[in-house]
Amino acid sequence: MSNNALVKKRYAAERRFKAYGLAAIGVTTAFLLFLILDIAIKAMPTFFVHEATLTVNVDPALIDAANPVAGDYLGLTKKALAAQFPDVTSRGDRKALNGILSAGAADGLQQRVLADPSLIGKDVTVPVALNSGADLYLKGYATAQLSDRQKAWLDALLEKGVISKGFAWNFLLNGDSREPELAGIKGALIGSVLTIIVTLALALPLGVAAALYLEEFAPKNWLTDVIEININNLAAVPSIIFGLLGLAVFLNIFGVPRSTPLVGGLVLALLVLPTIIIASRAALKSVPPSIKEAALGVGASHQQAVFHHVLPLAIPGILTGTILGVARALGETAPLLMIGMIAFIVDVPKGFTDAATVLPVQVFLWSDLPEQAFQSRTAATIILLLLVLFAFNALAIYLRKRFERRW
Amino acid sequence: MNDMTPRTIFTPAPPRIIAERPAKVVAEGVNVHYGEKRAIHDLSISIPDKAVSAFIGPSGCGKSTFLRCINRMNDTIAGCRVTGRITVDGHDIHDRNLDVVQLRARVGMVFQKPNPFPKSIFENVAYGPRIHGLAKDKTDLERIVVESLKKAGLFEEVKDRMLQPGTGLSGGQQQRLCIARAIAVNPEIILMDEPCSALDPIATARIEELIHELKQNYCIVIVTHSMQQAARVSDLTAFFHLGNLIEVGDTDVMFTSPQDKKTQDYITGRFG
Repeated sequence: MSNNALVKKRYAAERRFKAYGLAAIGVTTAFLLFLILDIAIKAMPTFFVHEATLTVNVDPALIDAANPVAGDYLGLTKKALAAQFPDVTSRGDRKALNGILSAGAADGLQQRVLADPSLIGKDVTVPVALNSGADLYLKGYATAQLSDRQKAWLDALLEKGVISKGFAWNFLLNGDSREPELAGIKGALIGSVLTIIVTLALALPLGVAAALYLEEFAPKNWLTDVIEININNLAAVPSIIFGLLGLAVFLNIFGVPRSTPLVGGLVLALLVLPTIIIASRAALKSVPPSIKEAALGVGASHQQAVFHHVLPLAIPGILTGTILGVARALGETAPLLMIGMIAFIVDVPKGFTDAATVLPVQVFLWSDLPEQAFQSRTAATIILLLLVLFAFNALAIYLRKRFERRW
Repeated sequence: MNDMTPRTIFTPAPPRIIAERPAKVVAEGVNVHYGEKRAIHDLSISIPDKAVSAFIGPSGCGKSTFLRCINRMNDTIAGCRVTGRITVDGHDIHDRNLDVVQLRARVGMVFQKPNPFPKSIFENVAYGPRIHGLAKDKTDLERIVVESLKKAGLFEEVKDRMLQPGTGLSGGQQQRLCIARAIAVNPEIILMDEPCSALDPIATARIEELIHELKQNYCIVIVTHSMQQAARVSDLTAFFHLGNLIEVGDTDVMFTSPQDKKTQDYITGRFG
């Protein structure tokens, strides 16, 4: 029967559609998994680090107790390493041996001695950082940075139990550095946090106020139409344009200090403002008009109706929109390049007007460097950035659930 | 202007109910425009105090629009223009010196779909008194809330769950909560815009009973699609058609011997 055939065809179409959908989801998931796996594998070496534990004699001849800051701590550390290999004597060999140490190998020692000057003249056992090539070799990666002799020394140290493997706290606790084994993301992380604080503090009140006015109070005429169209257009403006605007206005006209979280936050606030306004307006619009009518019906003024009833009901939507906007700002690189946040900054920023960089810019900076260890740090930073973004989205979902009301 | 002159309504004799009780709301030559479209033509009517007046008529006839004129709810609709004179107790509601917020406190409204605030039952009723500063302190506020709920016939059902959301009640209970909310600000007039259209017959009967009790103290105006409901609860009935007030009179007279052909057709179910 033709009717029967028609029914069969309809079911077939439905099955086909389901198959297409499943295929689409499968492909996306595969790509995502591939991406995350690739990044995770590349990032692995960064999270663990090998350190040599050496006993260093703090020689009063090299460290002046009256002025311990000027002491040659690296020389002491090199001596301690040489003590492990008494047969290495020639000047060239000694130099090669010292080559497995990091430029910051003596930092830990220096800190301990400065904190406790009574250590001068005594033996101190401290962890000593190896350079990135040595670390990579010990992790089993092929590296062109080391000679065969250096590799043999490392093997010997490993056999003696001098070298141990641990979590790379350096990566989380240090600022940027020219030496990959010393470079960390604390500076970029703090920079990101400070920048986002400025962005939120500016964009949230401005955006919500603008949305409230446009949605609830503004007269509907050609002027508000023009404003509305322009807000929608602003949301589509390429982000680098906002960077140029920030450069021209904030830096050149108002003289805000460049490379700082303050100016970065200002620029990103401009960037997310249209997103927040649009999301907030949508949230306000979705509140049933019957609620507002009910409030007006018992004699609430327009403003009371909006602030007591409409706004509280719109808050989950506003928060979701805001957090998505902020998540976008957190991952934004291009506009920040224009306002100098791409500078190489070693110090961890302490305030809104200290020079700083942010996580995505740090990724950009490190991805450009040739050292293998920096490539790995790039991947690790990406993972951290993704974790922060996931945390933001989780917060958005939590807040939405928390404030959501049903009726 | 011709628009402004009161129009004589086709009634054999002035409604008895108007003669018995003082008119609370008087409309003279009211026209309402939505943009270019005229929704109400030159309407004049007197609405008695301490009685129930029902507006009936087919959909789109302007009865809800006129109802919303009485507490100036149409102000909130963009492009809506009201001309003519409406007085409450002899005071023009479009008077510049009259605050629309004060007017709405005196003229309460109950909507077609129950629309409690998504807050607790207590907060729903307490909101009005709170914004108008009607309660001296917390106990006074509680007294007002309980009294309003009692008047709305809801107190016994909700007294154990005052802090639970008003949206969790059944449809009929929600509508009575909305009535309690309207009563709480001590209005003189209660406007009801098809208050039972979303309710089942039992809840409807409960609301009608309530309307009957409330008319001892309030001037009640109800818009309804149900002729039976108009016949059951109202003292005065006004029939609207295409933005015109066709006929107004005592309910018992109107339903037994309508004067206008259109009224008769509508009441007997021949159109509408």
